Amino acid sequence: MIEGWGRYPRHDSEVLDCRLPEALPGTVSSRAGLIARGNGRSYGDAAIGEHLTLTCGALSRMKSFDQVDASLTVEGGVMLSEILRSFIPRGYFPPVVPGTKFVTVGGMIASDVHGKNHHRDGGFGDHVREIKLVIASGEILTCSRTQNSELFFATLGGMGLTGIIAEATFRLRPISTGWIVQKTVVTENLGDTLQALKQTDDATYSVAWIDCLSRGASLGRSLIFVGEHASPSDIAQMPKAALLPPFKAARFSLPVDLPGWALNRTSVSAFNDLYYRAGARKAARVSLVHWDSYFFPLDGLLEWNRLYGKRGFLQHQCVVPDENALAVLSSMLDRFALSGKASFLAVLKRLRGGAGLLSFPAPGYTLALDLPVAPDVFQLLDEIDKLVVAAGGRLYLAKDARQSRHTFEAGYPQLQAFKELRRTTGADRHFSSQLGKRLGI
Amino acid sequence: MKAIGKTLLLIGATSDIGRATALVYAEAGWDIHLVGRRRELVQREADDIVTRTAAAVTAHELDILDTGRFEEFLSIVSPLPDTAICVVGELGEQARAERELEHAAMVMRTNFEGPALMLGLLASRFAARGSGTIVGISSVAGDRGRGSNYVYGAAKAGLTAFLSGLRNRLSTAGVRVLTIKPGFVRTRMTDGMKLPPMLTAEPAEVAQRIFAVADGSKGGDVVYVRRIWYPLMAIIRGIPEPIFKRLRL
Repeated sequence: MIEGWGRYPRHDSEVLDCRLPEALPGTVSSRAGLIARGNGRSYGDAAIGEHLTLTCGALSRMKSFDQVDASLTVEGGVMLSEILRSFIPRGYFPPVVPGTKFVTVGGMIASDVHGKNHHRDGGFGDHVREIKLVIASGEILTCSRTQNSELFFATLGGMGLTGIIAEATFRLRPISTGWIVQKTVVTENLGDTLQALKQTDDATYSVAWIDCLSRGASLGRSLIFVGEHASPSDIAQMPKAALLPPFKAARFSLPVDLPGWALNRTSVSAFNDLYYRAGARKAARVSLVHWDSYFFPLDGLLEWNRLYGKRGFLQHQCVVPDENALAVLSSMLDRFALSGKASFLAVLKRLRGGAGLLSFPAPGYTLALDLPVAPDVFQLLDEIDKLVVAAGGRLYLAKDARQSRHTFEAGYPQLQAFKELRRTTGADRHFSSQLGKRLGI
Repeated sequence: MKAIGKTLLLIGATSDIGRATALVYAEAGWDIHLVGRRRELVQREADDIVTRTAAAVTAHELDILDTGRFEEFLSIVSPLPDTAICVVGELGEQARAERELEHAAMVMRTNFEGPALMLGLLASRFAARGSGTIVGISSVAGDRGRGSNYVYGAAKAGLTAFLSGLRNRLSTAGVRVLTIKPGFVRTRMTDGMKLPPMLTAEPAEVAQRIFAVADGSKGGDVVYVRRIWYPLMAIIRGIPEPIFKRLRL
């Protein structure tokens, strides 16, 4: 049995460790119904093969770094955390990072992950220059914007369904410190929040933590964290702080599964209230935050998925266009608040368009929140999905475990082109995940 | 990256422990010679370490069973390294080794003959120079022969004795000789085996311990990576043979 980070759903799938890159072609061409898996951080069923799950974490060698243009070439199984470990001390930062550093480069490309700077810099896929893709025949194709470009754009955000990303080249951004200058903007309702997020479009990083249990006049009240890479003069005031600090090795790990009732409306509501008030006190004050805490706050608590108990949790992340975002997000938030199911990890961000055929990002606002798995949650989410579809929005495949085919098809207009490409490259006969099977990709 | 002008020779570079060890040295600013059986795989590790650390790394192809090439190989490796580490090992299959002479011989030669001859040659060169550190990776399996893996264990026992003798011979020649016994390690060698968490180290943990003992501030000549092995192996070595022979360990 194998499961994603959300621990739902669980499936039977043969698991095979891929130890050496040279083993990929033979395995791929001789097997049907397989999918590559990196570090297993996609939430739902995206990295569970229909028949075979090929774990690629051992394909984790870095290949080369070109200092002239700061481009890095690595095997697909290299983890983001390793890139940070090697390159922050040398003054470089990845162009885009998601909310956890425990993801592989192959996974970041297959999910075309977005970060807190998507509104400005786009997704990870936008910064990928070239990939080496093991396609159905076992052949290794070099794909870029000019070479095998159709396959390139299908693979960005393609959830591993076009082939296995054996290698990738992308550019890092030079940084002069590993610190982030953070400003907190406090908003009192959703209208304010959307407005304030739009106003931070010029900032490098911006993200809103949204109190998804407050209702009425304070529906959608948020703390917006705006960040910029700090300059050496910014941190001069901090005695003895290293300009380029590594991440702190000591970590807490949740040793047991919390019982299902631990996260209930009262406890989460109390947490949210405290968190909001604590943030509000810091309003307008500028603070310096270590890169690790700014970008990866949840990584500090290893195995935080155990917060939700054995039954696991669902993450719901949608994007809705600007036009009627206020109305749609209001009704969504109101339903979540009314149900009392949503948890404290609720995030709102601005996105622009995505790079790949199945890339999740689209211009508008994206809302993400967690809900513990429970029988009545599925119906609630189906209703929320109707609002997403009506608004012309879509759900994030890397986090999805349950959306319907209808919701998916309505949200991804380039699906037919993607399927056609799968057919012509033979990918449809070799690569298949539980997610792909469920959604008919 | 700080260049400190020290050089490591690492034999067995494509193993999990070898890779982790080379990385620790590279991060500390050492230049590295990596040695392994297949050139393209050694080159893959060399590229990886260069990219991660910007250290100076060279890749060399050498089979530890090809003892006839050792002298020639060492004449190419220049300058003579400050520290030489041999992590080569092959668990093999005990049951197969009981049936097939060839398999048993391969396990013995890979774990004993090859590493011992190589480290012996290096030790003499180090002694002539008057400095250097030799690190052999032996095993807790060499502390006492057990029915379940005595071919491997005997070869490691041989290596342990060889290193002990080398240390004794060179103790006044400016050459340090270390024996590292990692215990269980989560690597390709133990893939699929059920390992007791208390006794099982990660490759990076082994690597850091090797560096700390060989070139850091920690002392010791014979080192178990996890300290719990000291009392455990003391007990196992102390069990009288009439009782031990009936145990299934």
